[in-house]
Amino acid sequence: MRPLEGVTVVDFSQFLAGPYAALRLLDLGARVIKIENPDRGDLCRHHYVSETCVDGDSTLFHAINRGKESVTLDLKTEAGHAAARRLIERADVVIQNFRPGVIDRLGLGYEAAATLRPGLVYGSISGYGEAGEWAGLPGQDLLAQARSGVMWLSGNRGQGPVPVGLPIADIAAGACLAQGLLAALYRQARTGEGTHVQTSLLEALIDLQFEFLTTWLSNGQRPPERLQHGSAHGYLAAPYGVYDTAEGHLAVAMMPLATLSDALDRPSLAAQLAGLEAFADREAIRERLQEVLITRPAAEWEATLSAKGIWCARVRSWAEMRTEGGPAVTGMLHAGGELARVAAPFRIDGARPMPVARGPVLNEHGAALAREFGFDPV
Amino acid sequence: MTDLALSGLPRADLPLAGLRVLDFAQFLAGPVAALRLADLGAEVIKIERPGVGDLCRSMVVNDQRLDGDSLVFHTFNRGKKSVAADLKAPEDLARVKALIETADVMIHNFRPGVMERIGLDYETVQALNPRLVYGAVSGYGADGPWKDKPGQDLLVQSLSGIAWLNGNDGDGPVPTGFAMLDVATAGQLVQGILACLVRRGVSGKGGLVEVDLMSAAIDMTFEQFTCFLNDDAGQPRRHAQGNANPYQPAPYGVYETADGHMALAMAPLTTVADLLDCPEIAGFGQDQAFVRLDEIKAVVAGVLVTQPTQHWLDILEPAGLWCAPVLDWPGFVATEGFAALDPVQVIRTKGGREAKTSRCPIRIDGRMLRNPAGGPALGADTAAVFGTVPAPA
Repeated sequence: MRPLEGVTVVDFSQFLAGPYAALRLLDLGARVIKIENPDRGDLCRHHYVSETCVDGDSTLFHAINRGKESVTLDLKTEAGHAAARRLIERADVVIQNFRPGVIDRLGLGYEAAATLRPGLVYGSISGYGEAGEWAGLPGQDLLAQARSGVMWLSGNRGQGPVPVGLPIADIAAGACLAQGLLAALYRQARTGEGTHVQTSLLEALIDLQFEFLTTWLSNGQRPPERLQHGSAHGYLAAPYGVYDTAEGHLAVAMMPLATLSDALDRPSLAAQLAGLEAFADREAIRERLQEVLITRPAAEWEATLSAKGIWCARVRSWAEMRTEGGPAVTGMLHAGGELARVAAPFRIDGARPMPVARGPVLNEHGAALAREFGFDPV
Repeated sequence: MTDLALSGLPRADLPLAGLRVLDFAQFLAGPVAALRLADLGAEVIKIERPGVGDLCRSMVVNDQRLDGDSLVFHTFNRGKKSVAADLKAPEDLARVKALIETADVMIHNFRPGVMERIGLDYETVQALNPRLVYGAVSGYGADGPWKDKPGQDLLVQSLSGIAWLNGNDGDGPVPTGFAMLDVATAGQLVQGILACLVRRGVSGKGGLVEVDLMSAAIDMTFEQFTCFLNDDAGQPRRHAQGNANPYQPAPYGVYETADGHMALAMAPLTTVADLLDCPEIAGFGQDQAFVRLDEIKAVVAGVLVTQPTQHWLDILEPAGLWCAPVLDWPGFVATEGFAALDPVQVIRTKGGREAKTSRCPIRIDGRMLRNPAGGPALGADTAAVFGTVPAPA
């Protein structure tokens, strides 16, 4: 039995953060009903990245919405509103990511929804919280990254801001919401209480940076410093970072310098490193290590050094990860059938939930849901 | 509207009040999952090796300590209890097993096989306590060629292709400069554990939740990875400048201005051309926004660099174009937007030392979740906690 079997999620959200939370609940066994606007549906359907699309909807849409049901409702009409209320009355969880205030104006905010369905677990995602001068700004991943300071943590010194090249704020916020919703569902089962769970892209970005921010808030606000080359963590001592090799790149994690120097088996290196401070002299140490590591291919270093217990990895591309990663990787990737897809990042009772391939066609389930929930098809 | 100034729910009112979690994990992903459960109301007891404890206690970053333990330890373990127990000593192990019988959740991140040798693997523990939800964190799952590699954030970023998504075309690999996969893995573990607790309410039985950093890496990239899988399976090429997502068309990315940097998200090229008063941009059709993105971004960059950031924000924001200044931390914490979220809390150790850290990013019923306790001293609660379970015969 999947953990959330029997749980119904009614999801008013679009794009990524909210739908990602719903996707995690789906993988855990819940039924997810997407409410979409009749005009064009979830904007993500038309958001083509790299020009890939399947059945008229973007690949992206299918990745995020696989296995969900779709019904189109115009929430500004009486019929659409009535249908939404019928769905909420029988929902366990509602998710929305309208800009702050919008869902309340639509009469489907937490208070109203909780009246329709006592004990309802209700999740809201915003860009920047519901108060303050940023509340009305577009809650978009890159823009939230720009505001959060996170762009100064990656890349090298002198490089300017380097965004994380994936929608990290959306995914992290969706994950936070899923956690809060699940905690609330647990309480609901025990006490019957409903809950309003809220998070935002910005809170999720602060949480992602919490290790660094705690340090910075406590050290007199001395910022992390990126290295000249191969930087990977502004507060960690040498040898942490990425190094060039004769072929490819090698990532090296935290360890005592002497351990690495012994494993590299270069007596001259040990002498060069003697007296250098792992944190204060990390640029100088990096240069010495770089001179050694450039002499052989990354694959050779990875094999030799790993055998000696050194924490290192050759930097892979996606294609290399796919062929070399074994079951840890292939278990996540389902390439058969009409559409390759990525599975859930967890296993429950030893099994990874098998993803269905595609997302719904717009309003694919409208008629069936209307019958089941007792509203007029719209 | 929620009043963000409200803060702190009484712990008894938190969703996970009454839940007992045993945290056998060290360093990051496991302890951070347990931290989230603690913030949501659970009682979290760390089980640590006598003498040394969680290795994170001695992982001093940026030379910062609090009461002898690293500040990082307090960041990950605030509000928890600590029990010192040697799992290789029969008497301690018996006590821990008695404790497991009283617990709802246990979490560990030992390498695959270690808990089997100790005798605290899922099957054994399930026999002790069928209602227990068991969470296991690993680097790469229990099988496969990488299973014995260290489950460390930078290494998994390097193996999973993430290092080729950041930075610009022509750069080497650019890892994300913080432990993004540890934090993501922690979140997924929390999701699986809570879902199993919901199921337990119906079935009465516990469950096994397994997560790993590699799966988290794939999940964090799942949008782009799905494109890769359904496209030509070629590595996406990063933009020549200001890359922020290799799969996004122009103008998506970051740009230099006369006095700093700004970010532009997705926007139709004609709108960009109008607002920047740059007909050259309109010369590119929208159908070229992806295939000729480097050329288009170069033109946009040439315009944006001529004026300060605020100049552009004043033009673009009122027109509804998605843009933002790029802030560093001093800039960020000085904003009203930061103040409105009130995301900082002060924690205090038993010894009276204080430090600032961020609060739980989840708000419950309009309240922020705060817990002012610091991390526990090693073994601080051993006697009190073991006092609640029967002594081994």
